Amino acid sequence: MSDASERLLSTPPDLVRRRRWGRAFELVCLGTTVVGVVFLAIMLVDILIDGAGWLTGTFFTESPSRIPSRAGIKPALAGTLWLMGLVALIAFPLGVAAAVYLEEYAARNWIQSVIQTNIANLAGVPSIVYGILGLAVFVRWMFALTGGRSVLSGALTISLLVLPVIIIAGQEAIRAVPGSIREASYGLGATRWQTVRHHVLPNALPGIMTGTILALSRAIGETAPLIMMGALTFIAFVPEGPRDAFTVLPIQIFNWASRPQDEFRNLAAAAIIVLLVLLLSMNAVAIWMRNKYRKEW
Amino acid sequence: MTIDPTSRPVNVDPDGPSRDPDGGRGVATAAGQARVVAGAPHEPGPRLTGAGRALKERAIGALLSLAGAVSILTTVGIVVVLVWESVGFFRHVPVRDFLTGTVWTPLFQPQHFGVLPLLVGSVLIAVIASLIAVPLGLGAAIYLSEYSPRRVRAVLKPILEILAGIPTVVYGYFALTFVTPVLRHVIPGLGIFNALSAGIVVGIMILPLIASLSEDAMAAVPRELRQGAYALGSTRFEVATRVVTPAALSGIVASFILAVSRAIGETMAVVLAAGMTPQLTFDPRESVQTMTAYIVQVSLGDTPFGSIEYQSIFAVGLLLFMVTLVMNIFGRGFLNRYREVYA
Amino acid sequence: MPTIKVTAEGTPALETRDLSVLYGETKAVKSISMEIPRNKIVALIGPSGCGKSTLIRCFNRMNDLVPNARIEGQVIFRGENLYAEHVDPVEVRRRIGMVFQKPNPFPKSIYDNVAFGPRINGVNGDMDEIVEVSLQQAALWEEVKDRLEVSALELSGGQQQRLCIARALAVTPEVLLMDEPASALDPIATSKIEELIQELVKNYTIVIVTHNMQQAARVSDYTAYLYLGELMEYDVTDKIFTAPSERSTEDYVTGRFG
Repeated sequence: MSDASERLLSTPPDLVRRRRWGRAFELVCLGTTVVGVVFLAIMLVDILIDGAGWLTGTFFTESPSRIPSRAGIKPALAGTLWLMGLVALIAFPLGVAAAVYLEEYAARNWIQSVIQTNIANLAGVPSIVYGILGLAVFVRWMFALTGGRSVLSGALTISLLVLPVIIIAGQEAIRAVPGSIREASYGLGATRWQTVRHHVLPNALPGIMTGTILALSRAIGETAPLIMMGALTFIAFVPEGPRDAFTVLPIQIFNWASRPQDEFRNLAAAAIIVLLVLLLSMNAVAIWMRNKYRKEW
Repeated sequence: MTIDPTSRPVNVDPDGPSRDPDGGRGVATAAGQARVVAGAPHEPGPRLTGAGRALKERAIGALLSLAGAVSILTTVGIVVVLVWESVGFFRHVPVRDFLTGTVWTPLFQPQHFGVLPLLVGSVLIAVIASLIAVPLGLGAAIYLSEYSPRRVRAVLKPILEILAGIPTVVYGYFALTFVTPVLRHVIPGLGIFNALSAGIVVGIMILPLIASLSEDAMAAVPRELRQGAYALGSTRFEVATRVVTPAALSGIVASFILAVSRAIGETMAVVLAAGMTPQLTFDPRESVQTMTAYIVQVSLGDTPFGSIEYQSIFAVGLLLFMVTLVMNIFGRGFLNRYREVYA
Repeated sequence: MPTIKVTAEGTPALETRDLSVLYGETKAVKSISMEIPRNKIVALIGPSGCGKSTLIRCFNRMNDLVPNARIEGQVIFRGENLYAEHVDPVEVRRRIGMVFQKPNPFPKSIYDNVAFGPRINGVNGDMDEIVEVSLQQAALWEEVKDRLEVSALELSGGQQQRLCIARALAVTPEVLLMDEPASALDPIATSKIEELIQELVKNYTIVIVTHNMQQAARVSDYTAYLYLGELMEYDVTDKIFTAPSERSTEDYVTGRFG
């Protein structure tokens, strides 16, 4: 090999320059990705520092009080659990039914696409608008049924809010079930409902459950709609029935965070920790479920 | 092993060729054989059971369609409720005064109902949030899509999802107790409640939305386009910036629009961080009130049903709903455009 | 494997020496040594999975983009081994161009598609002229000269492929690699491409992968027959198709398998 052409294919100067730009750009992009991570880390550490020391036993057994050292989240935690339970009971069957209807029963005509577009729109409506809806319909109009400013009204409102999420996740899960399974079922003389009940739903269930859990983890943090519904910011009792008044963790957090005294800030941080732990557990369950039941078609 | 010459293939279908995607295994014909036609309801052939089964199927179908109707009812409900009470409101306050007035004091005397301070408050925070979320989100999308090794991506992506899942009160708390005090050391004249802190945390909140939608759009750009660019002697940087990003543009724009729409609909973080002072200002150091924050403020107080303050919730709510609806429609229009091209 | 040379004058444009490509533990290309003569058309044929696409992608280091691909052996171009330490793959691809099976124009205007290569390579000079010359070389100029700002996606399949050829030519490579360039096109478009190839070879060296034997017979000067990653026979096209030396070659070209 002659020396003159030895370096023919090595990097010419303009390419060196282009490469340098590329490297700088890559670092910038990495930086932007990392900013979010760093922010999250700082936020979590700050909250832990503020609140970890306040996670005592009494914190969980007491009600809110004007005296910080005696305050607790019992009513709020109970309200949150009540709310989640009711929302799961209401939104899950409703969402699954709607998803089944849209994927298995509805004819592919303009009505169906209107419904689809509508659901996509509803997913983007600000949550406080749902609160307005809930206030007018469930608290006032259906007062007799719901008991007004009750955990039932709150659950109905939040159910409407998370319904689009469950429906969309449900539709995707149902769509993922291969057509060959349906054809085999129909071919054996099964009706549509039998096919859905025995073949489609069981196979789509993991995806549906994952979607539902994710919807619930969104619901658990909702605050504004519930404030609108009159979830009170200072109650000292635990709801005993769906028609009772209630409050939830996020509202308690909001309440404490709005107070100027430092101790209340600490209480808010402690409550946030509880909320985040609940959230984390739900997401962990969802991920575990997704991985365990993931089928390779 | 001999083949039995008297055996017949199983996939005999007296109705015609079987459309069996499992490769011709077919199914035994029975009295109840049915053929699947996409999208249309069907009944089994000669029925062995009575009309009871058909009735049950119909009933189930009807029940399920009710579930489908719930979403329509929800939208109808939202529109009816908002419009109904707003009509009452606009009987007292002319629409023009509402939309162009610059003073908003519904809870004090004398009462003014110019919504611009609220609208500008929402927009100001959304703009600050975008200034943060757009570059960071897009940069993250480019990094995750074009540069990051698989293992790094597997760690970073879930972390971004976590950011998206944290409730807004938590962000509000953080803005109030950490971001604002820190910024006050740096920026003179920054109020305890200010639009800047609120905008920053809302920006971080919507960042994952931009990152994941943009990344989806970039991932949808076919490999052949990238290969074509590499074959012409492009570096990775040029492929990312001059081929992939332009090709994914409509998806990227969609992510911006949808993120801004979410920022406008954000409530608790801005209530905690930006306060409740409805003043018409573009100064991020000031406290502002957004449309959403006002609605919360009224709910926190004791407002009698049917009063004009009560009705003002619905008027503001209607404005909020329309603004976000328009943005969502545009955003999803862009999303459909990029999906069409590469589907 | 003995080196299979074809009798051509002058230094070859490309030469492989014991070239192997491994994906993990599997060898997709097994110790191939061959020469690509200058200004000739060499066709690579063989049944699916024989390694012809993998082989051609060694010539412009496109296999670098495949995560677990490993190269052994050498590819010599202008006296240098393409896989030597100091060689920059981006620079290689500027000099050895490629056209793909499915036309892949960028979603940009016709003009911007052709200008893309020169622009990123910092080629100065009259871009309009470069674009025109490239489009003329690709026999596309007359059809698009009035609508250069129109999106490339509005062209027909055959036109898009000629656009991709023009785009590759715009960076003035020495060798043009074509991986089944006409397989996605209808017969009329295909014959236009084949005519074009026979014009282009006057100025470029062309290596073409094809699964269409008649095409290889029509178009190429030399044909290499690959089977399961090995170079079975490599000779003047006429000989391969009329009097092949290897039994395997004869079986393939007479359609007994593949």
